Parts: sequence; structure tokens; C-alpha cells
Amino acid sequence: MWQFFHKLGSPKWFFGIAARLMPWLLAGGILLLMAGIVWGLAYAPKDYLQGNSYRIIFIHVPTAFLAQSVYVMMAVAAVVTLVWRMKLADVFVKSVAPVGLVLTFLSLFTGAVWGKPTWGTWWVWDARLTSMLILLFLYGGVIALDRAINDEKSAARAVSVLVLVGVVNIPIIQYSVEWWNTLHQPSTFKLTEKPSMPAEMWVPLLLSVLGLYLLFGWLACLRMQTEILLREQRTRWVKDYVLAGRG
Amino acid sequence: MNADCRPALTLRQDTVGALAAMQTVFARDMKVAFRQRQDLLNPLLFFVMVVTLFPLGVSPEVSFLREAGAGILWVAALLSVLLSLDHLFRHDFDDGTLEQLVLQPQPLFLLVLAKTAAHWVLTGLPLVVLTPVLGVMVHLDGNSIGVLCLTLLIGTPVLSLIGSIGAALTLGLRSAGVLLSLLIIPLYIPVLIFGTGTVASAAEGAPAGAYLALMGAFLVLALTLAPFASAAALRISLFNG
Repeated sequence: MWQFFHKLGSPKWFFGIAARLMPWLLAGGILLLMAGIVWGLAYAPKDYLQGNSYRIIFIHVPTAFLAQSVYVMMAVAAVVTLVWRMKLADVFVKSVAPVGLVLTFLSLFTGAVWGKPTWGTWWVWDARLTSMLILLFLYGGVIALDRAINDEKSAARAVSVLVLVGVVNIPIIQYSVEWWNTLHQPSTFKLTEKPSMPAEMWVPLLLSVLGLYLLFGWLACLRMQTEILLREQRTRWVKDYVLAGRG
Repeated sequence: MNADCRPALTLRQDTVGALAAMQTVFARDMKVAFRQRQDLLNPLLFFVMVVTLFPLGVSPEVSFLREAGAGILWVAALLSVLLSLDHLFRHDFDDGTLEQLVLQPQPLFLLVLAKTAAHWVLTGLPLVVLTPVLGVMVHLDGNSIGVLCLTLLIGTPVLSLIGSIGAALTLGLRSAGVLLSLLIIPLYIPVLIFGTGTVASAAEGAPAGAYLALMGAFLVLALTLAPFASAAALRISLFNG
């Protein structure tokens, strides 16, 4: 266990593991996402109330799910950075923040597209939407702070503090639809209860969520590899790796 | 800046307890501020001017102002606290006092708390005192003004406390002012929502107790957690962690 923990701190070791994992993550991600989306868009039954327009759920829910979940992962990595000063955790936060920003934007955008036919408006200032917008700002702040500090180590630690302060927003987003009775419908998935939709609807949804997770894992590995190569560019193994790649 | 405006900070090792050290830091910040009176006035003038923009820029109608007045005052207060945050650590950072503060044997988060308290007394509290006058100018009724003052009284310390984290994180950076706003405004939004929500529900005749209790919870949360975060951020900004 501890040996694994120490190995995880080594960028070189992670680089190798990531290279081996990535094809699987990519293949699995594409497969699941395709299955989920094709099943959801073409074969799942119509919603009795919203008709075909509900089908955007197969894109909206995965992006929104990931947008929050990526922030939680970043917060865990931030704790690791602050407590154990592990290099990889900080590489993770830095590489993943822009991905989270894009995912949050996508979930807001698809939500707006979904809101137009169902609520009759692109945007309402409801609690769920507003707290997602705050999440978008938080991602923006994390990226801006990271870019503003030149020193790599202080940037990592300052960003970690900011990520942890922003984490108060996550439970607010999660429970906003239950605390305040607003336009946004309640969560589709809950850990403790059976989904309120038939299996033909939630199975493809679950598939696309899992698919997007895998795809995110692939993208995270790819971006972390790039960041590791940049940071370790003066080390022997990176030089060897790059030269071998050319030759 | 004139050097003799800024008395040196003297906290003798070991002999000074944490509370006495907090008092010293607080008293020194007050003294420094009162030797630079213009810096004290600027956020207040800004507050008044921002509030003035709304009747002139949107509509001077009594019905609009009565509806939007509490929100306008809250946004203006939020912006002027934001504007004053840059001063919280900046001058102490420039002349090295901050490093001395971090090296003190007393816990840093208590000293940061004392500095934040001084910041609130110098900016937040005057805003609350000024609010009734501006409230009358935007045609709020007496009850609303009372509730508004109460929400600002609970809310502005939260703004100062959260702001101290941002000020500590952006210390010594290029374009720190804009960056500070980017980092801090998302965290201010919940306070703003509940602050104006309290006034709106009070204006409809509903009891404001529940909202005020929630704002009190914000204050307790910020009071207990924010000083630790800003102390950590100060250490990072000064000594790379």
C-alpha cells in the first residue's frame, strides 16, 4: 500500500502507467458514450411530458455530473498537495481545471438549449443554474490564479487553498434542487433510491455518464503527461523519451 | 508613503500572549489608518457614488427604487469592500511588517483575524452607518432600512473575512486587483443573495428571523474557517509555503 503511494508520487512512474492505461480509457469511453448516446437518442422511449426534447438529458446530465465531480477530485488533489506536497496531485489540478471549465460551460449550454422548449426560456436565475454559474467562475478563478503566479510551487499551493475554499459551493449545487423548489427538476440519480424513470431511459444515461468518466480519465492522463514532460524537461528520462520518439 | 505614518510593530517574544498580540495588531492598524484619512474615505465615497449611478442610469421612479434599493445598496457595499481589500495586506507587505507578523510566536491566524477585524471596523462599519441615509435616498421604508442595516452589519464582516483570503492569495502579483475580484466575487454571491433576500422577505411582511439566522451561520462559518485559509495563503505568498 505505502509502496504504491510512494510510487504514485513519481512523475516518471505515472507517465508509464498513464501510457498503458490510455488506450483502454479511450476505447472504453468512446464505446460506452456511443452506446449510451445512440441508445438514448434513437431507441429510448419518449418522455410522456416533454416528448423528444428530453433526449438532451443524455448529454446534459453527464457533463453536469462530471463538472461537479471534477471539482471534487480537484479538491481531494488539493488536500494531497497541501498535506503531502505530492507533485502529481498538483499536476492533476493544473491539467484538469480547464477541462472542468469546459464541462461546466457545456452543461450550462445544453441546459439552456433544454430550457428553451421545456421552460420557454433560455435562462432563469434559479438556484441550480446560478450555483453552476458560480462553479464556472470558480474554475475561471483557479485557472487565472494559476497563470498569474510564476513560481510553480507557490502556484500549486495557492491554487490548492483556493480550490478548497471554493468547495463550499459543491453541496449547494447538489442540494439546491431539494432545498429550494425551483424550475429545475430534481436529480435523476440518487445513491439510495431507484431512479424515477424506466430502465430503457436510465441505463443509456448511466452508460453515457460512465463513458464520459472514462473519456475524462483519458483526457486527464493526456494533459498530465504533457504537463509532466514540460516540468521534467531537464531530466534524463524525458530527454531519452523524446529522442526515442523522434528516432 | 511617508515612513513615519507607519509605526513599527512591537510584539515582544513569549511575554506577549495571543490576545494581547491581537490587540496590538488591531490598534496599530487603526493608528496607521487614521494617519492616512483619505484612504479611509475613498471606499465610502465610492459606495455613495455607485448608489448614485442607479437612479441616474436606470430610473429615478420611486417604484423602481423601492423595489431595487436594497439590492443596489448591497451591490455597492460589496464593491466598495472589494475595492478596499487590496489595502489589507499590501502596505505591510511592501515595508516588511507582514514578514515580521508571520514570524511572531503567536498563532498567525489570530493576528490575521485581528487585521481583518480592523479592516471591517474601518470599511464595513462606516458603510453600515451610512446606509440609512442612502436608504432614504432610494425611498426604502423605515422597516426595510432597519433590516438592511442589520443584514449589512452581519454581512460585511463575512465580506471582509472571505476577502482576506483573496487578498492573501494575490499578494505581490501583477494585476492583483482584477485577479482578486475574479477570485472573490463568486464566493460573495451567496452572501449577496441572502442579504437582499432578507430585505425582500421583510418588505413583504414575512419575519426575517430565518434569513438572519442563515446569515449568522455564514458569519460563524467565515469567522472560524477564513482566518486559517488566509494565514495559510499568507505563508504561501511570502515564503512559498
